[in-house]
Amino acid sequence: MNNKLNNEALNIKLDQRSKTLRKLIVRSLIGGGKGHMGAAMSLVEILRVLYDDMINFDPKKPLLSERDRVVLSKGHGCLALYAILVDKGFFPASELDTTSQVDSILGGHPEHAHVPGVEASTGALGHGFPISVGIALAAKIKKQKHKVYTIVGDGETNEGSVWEAALLASKHNLSNLKVLVDYNKIQSYDFVKDVSKLEPIVDKWRSFGFDVSEVNGHDIKELKKNLELFINNSNNKPSVTICHTIKGKGFYFAENNPEWHYRRSFSKEEIKKFDECLR
Amino acid sequence: MRNTCLQTVHDLAKKDSRVIFIGSDLGPGVLKDFRREKPEQFFMEGVSEQAIIGIAAGLAMEGFKPYVNTIATFITRRCFEQVALDLCLHDLPVKLIGNGGGLVYATLGPTHLAIEDISILRPLPNMTIVAPCDSVEMKSLMKKAIDWPHPIYIRLARGGDKIITKEEENFTIGKSVIKKEPGDALFITTGTMTQIALEATKLLEKKNISCGVMHMPTIKPLDHDALSFWIPKVKKVITVEENTLMGGFGSSILEFCSENMQFHTPKISRIGLRDKFTENYGNHDELLEKTGLTVKTLYEKVLNNFK
Repeated sequence: MNNKLNNEALNIKLDQRSKTLRKLIVRSLIGGGKGHMGAAMSLVEILRVLYDDMINFDPKKPLLSERDRVVLSKGHGCLALYAILVDKGFFPASELDTTSQVDSILGGHPEHAHVPGVEASTGALGHGFPISVGIALAAKIKKQKHKVYTIVGDGETNEGSVWEAALLASKHNLSNLKVLVDYNKIQSYDFVKDVSKLEPIVDKWRSFGFDVSEVNGHDIKELKKNLELFINNSNNKPSVTICHTIKGKGFYFAENNPEWHYRRSFSKEEIKKFDECLR
Repeated sequence: MRNTCLQTVHDLAKKDSRVIFIGSDLGPGVLKDFRREKPEQFFMEGVSEQAIIGIAAGLAMEGFKPYVNTIATFITRRCFEQVALDLCLHDLPVKLIGNGGGLVYATLGPTHLAIEDISILRPLPNMTIVAPCDSVEMKSLMKKAIDWPHPIYIRLARGGDKIITKEEENFTIGKSVIKKEPGDALFITTGTMTQIALEATKLLEKKNISCGVMHMPTIKPLDHDALSFWIPKVKKVITVEENTLMGGFGSSILEFCSENMQFHTPKISRIGLRDKFTENYGNHDELLEKTGLTVKTLYEKVLNNFK
């Protein structure tokens, strides 16, 4: 990993837009009283760049045929997806206050049947990426122009199904497929390096036939540049971007702290700290 | 039966460009004409059952009609979570074709036998399970399955199975077929256990016991109407399946009776595989013999009830 992607480099200040999206995530966390906080905060900028600058979508027609597809394979990061979908008008912000409650459309993992804009029901890991390969293959067969983006967690790549899908994406030259690995270096139990070694992660993906790049996953300009290269590429390979991120990004007490992968409850003190960090 | 099934997929693919065949790592030359004629609809994706089910789901989300084919136990045990979530949770019209349901791959041992595929798929919401008895029924089924809007598991038997279905019989998903009208007793069967049951009824006739056969090629959803109509008319009911007795076809009949016609539940007995892995090899018939799935077993089970 080069120095531009170390923790110090990732420690960039959040702008107002990133804070606004995080406020929506906090709204869900408080609404449900629990949730995958750290896992959502690390991927905000990835989703922001996709929906702000890259993808074609219509919130009034979530199943529009020409839309670009975004599949959140790491379904436990769904609070960030809910935030961007609300921000873009797929459903009202008031739904966030009901997150995880018994009659809510918003669960602890995203469901296609309930939430407008959610392409696939994910949560069990290693599912969304293979589904995305099928979606990208379908587009290739039908000679459709849209792109398929799938966001995979680093811990998720422990799953064998991820590598099965990688082999097949490569076999079919799915150049319309972009995998974005949210490389926040922490999984449920502990740091990824202490649970199941992923490094050398770039070499692994490259050896599976992917066009591989690395970016600072919180740097809007870098992310945008990286995705523009993908959209304009002319090679015939599937593509992966290793997005170096910080779990719990934006909240000093949660950053790089495995305790904040998932929280069952929040104290008044912690809720106060959420607000302080987003001022 | 397998050839008929796969050939029908090829025929359907010629007429409908949305039909996609996905095999795992099947034998050399399987569907080679299909591959040559329609390469854009034919995929052989390697020993990757989990990813294959996910990919089939993705294709179905985009309007394709995927048919996934591999050995029955690998398409059920190995990728169970993908079948449950990618297919059933999304309720997608993907067809799973399982080769060698039951004890067919006898020689290959317990790693290759599908002794509980029915039991593990039955509890999945939105899943349909069919087990036809011969190639004629298979052909008819395949023509219906193409437009079935839910995931469906098609359990193949050995192949070369005795034809007991008439060409004019019109297969309907969810409907049973009375192969022989009952008198005193009734076998309720699925798959190729129907042929064995029909043979057993001939022996019973010689003992003046009139026993019928209700063939249920659709295991889920069950044909409630037929069960409600026929079970009260007989003294004894015996279910027969080439699957474990735990949670399988016979269990589903017991569950139905327990909920809907409790008075008749005591008359039901089940024949199927015991709660153990097989310990023998040999050929399919030899393993059926070892596990008691024979004409003699069926005959004796009924006879003992009428002594």
